[in-house]
Amino acid sequence: MTGALLDVANVSKTFETGRRLWLRQSFKAVDRISLEVRPGETLGIVGESGSGKSTLLRMMLRLIRPTAGIIRFDGRDIWTLSGGEILALRRQIQAVFQDPASSFNPRHSIGSLLSAPLEVHGIGTRESRRKMVADTLALVGLNTSLLARHPHQLSGGQRQRVAIARAIILRPSVVLADEPTSALDVSVQAQILNVFKKTKRELGLTYVFVSHNLAVIRYVSDRVAVMRRGAVVEMGESDAIFARPQHPYTRALPDAVPDPDLGRRGRTTQASGAAPTSELHQGERRCLK
Amino acid sequence: MVCAICSIRIFGIEMLETVPTPSARPAATLEIEGLTIEFRARGRVQRVVDRVNLRIAPGEIVGLIGESGSGKTLTALSVLGLLPRGARIRSGLIRLSGTSLLDLSEDEWRAIRGDRVAFIPQDALRALNPVFPIGLQVGEPLNIHRGTPWQIAKHKAIELLRSVHLRDAEERAEEYPHQFSGGMQQRAMVAMGLALEPQLLIADEPTTALDVTVQAQVLKLLREIRDAHGTSILFITHDLGVVADLCDRVYVMYAGLGIEEGSVEHIFYRPSHPYTQALLRATPTIRAVEKELVSIPGQIPSPDNLPTGCRFADRCPVAFERCGEEPPPFQVGGGHLARCWRCATPQ
Ligand SMILES: Nc1ncnc2c1ncn2[C@@H]1O[C@H](COP(=O)(O)OP(=O)(O)OP(=O)(O)O)[C@@H](O)[C@H]1O
Ligand SMILES: Nc1ncnc2c1ncn2[C@@H]1O[C@H](COP(=O)(O)OP(=O)(O)OP(=O)(O)O)[C@@H](O)[C@H]1O
Ligand code: SF4
Ligand SMILES: [Mg+2]
Ligand SMILES: [Mg+2]
Repeated sequence: MTGALLDVANVSKTFETGRRLWLRQSFKAVDRISLEVRPGETLGIVGESGSGKSTLLRMMLRLIRPTAGIIRFDGRDIWTLSGGEILALRRQIQAVFQDPASSFNPRHSIGSLLSAPLEVHGIGTRESRRKMVADTLALVGLNTSLLARHPHQLSGGQRQRVAIARAIILRPSVVLADEPTSALDVSVQAQILNVFKKTKRELGLTYVFVSHNLAVIRYVSDRVAVMRRGAVVEMGESDAIFARPQHPYTRALPDAVPDPDLGRRGRTTQASGAAPTSELHQGERRCLK
Repeated sequence: MVCAICSIRIFGIEMLETVPTPSARPAATLEIEGLTIEFRARGRVQRVVDRVNLRIAPGEIVGLIGESGSGKTLTALSVLGLLPRGARIRSGLIRLSGTSLLDLSEDEWRAIRGDRVAFIPQDALRALNPVFPIGLQVGEPLNIHRGTPWQIAKHKAIELLRSVHLRDAEERAEEYPHQFSGGMQQRAMVAMGLALEPQLLIADEPTTALDVTVQAQVLKLLREIRDAHGTSILFITHDLGVVADLCDRVYVMYAGLGIEEGSVEHIFYRPSHPYTQALLRATPTIRAVEKELVSIPGQIPSPDNLPTGCRFADRCPVAFERCGEEPPPFQVGGGHLARCWRCATPQ
């Protein structure tokens, strides 16, 4: 396969933790990972909490430096770029973080948060920027009445959608998304996932998508990497991974997913005082089937 | 004296008097009646929570679901006296085991928060104090509210961190929040919420950052705690799978209103409200992968521009004339309520 957009080659990250109880200690959060992200695909990453997913993403974003290994974007080592090239890289690679609240400046309104990246990169006129902001907001299902608000005046899910809008407004080539829909209710989640699919199809965006939600990963991903304790333990086409998981960890995953089908629920105790299903109110029978 | 963890958990003064007002029904752990919350901004009033009712019996696990921005978090915060600046309870009642929680002094609130009602907030990283080790923050409520000596509180904290399946809990307790992954921070918040064995635990999307295996363990832990201590739990989530797995009863909110409530069986097998039905259809499952997820077209109306009739009308696939004209009533029957003209019994 030629021309990986992002090429992660044998990358490790060790954190100095400096614990008090013991001598200086270090922690290997990512351990010799190699993977590539191909243009136009969505690579899903699943894995245990603490397995190094966010650390890997932060390294791809050039936010933290690997202790070993090389990450290339479009064939170039991202740590040997010149100042101008770094600015260009910042436009090409966008991120949606796990906790959107901490990535916003609370003093700015939503409108200025969204138009700031356009201004920084000198895109559009005042008028056209306003329109791009409005269009992008609509794309993520938000009302333009929120433009004057500040981040703390939004609900959790609204903030998350602003973060997504900010990531795609520059039309980057790759979006790295860390649990982008986990704060969203399912109908909004469905909207957003469809936005991801649509922008991928229509704008040719490439996505790296971290989620703990297997259904979401399966829905959006072409390929899936499964991480555990800093390493990729399994990688392959999404359908194959879900149909024939090889690693014991991957095999155990689907069983741990709570299913909206009540018949499958692992409830240890029965609902106390729940009305039996036959006792439904009279109007209900006339309700939609 | 504000405790180190966050402004929420503060030292204990005397426990509040808890003489329940005599009532016909056995006192629920939490009763919310007709709760209305408004924001006043630039001279305009926005009603973000509108006449919401909610009741949680002792030992009951109640799910609160609904569209993003529908008022779930604000409803929860009102029970803790932690509404953001500018928000005001316009009307309604909130009772904890029969005691009204309105008009409490700040000291009385402190005695309730953490001690009787614990809160696991939506945004774990923001709630953790960046300059204190995790273990200290988890153990502190015990020290502050219960006077547990530090050595013991510290051990208890490590035990709690272990119970939420944090590996190497003993060493990790010495670390700071930024050294924790998203899911670990969230589990630290869960551990903190459980520290005092509260009567009521309010958890606002506490498992969003957890992978499924750890989530399953945390849900199991919550069930065990309920079974062992009779803790009542209000669980706010958007994950219908979690609701089906964990909850006894469910409330559904939309645009500030309660629009459906019932047992999990009602909500999942026989959802009445078209919004609830659409939510169920929009849930991806790993068993069936569709080409396009059925999303609900359109957006939730903004609180400063609410329609006169049914608030779901412009997105509802089965709306008819009456829906746009008159708000539907909350229809009563068999513990299952829905706010929809299609479900209303004819007069
Ligand atoms: N700055 C840091 N200093 C020390 N350790 C760190 C630091 N950042 C992360 N770690 C550790 O590295 C490991 C991997 O963390 P990471 O955030 O990448 O996990 P994750 O896979 O994203 O987990 P989650 O699903 O819970 O978000 C964790 O054990 C974490 O505690
Ligand atoms: N400080 C504030 N000032 C003004 N409006 C606010 C403020 N906080 C919340 N709101 C508004 O109140 C409404 C309800 O917010 P709330 O946080 O309760 O929603 P939610 O149901 O918890 O949503 P989510 O699932 O996205 O967390 C939203 O429309 C939100 O924009
Ligand atoms: S009242 Fe009408 S618009 Fe509202 S949910 Fe029912 S059918 Fe739909
Ligand atoms: Mg993470
Ligand atoms: Mg919320």
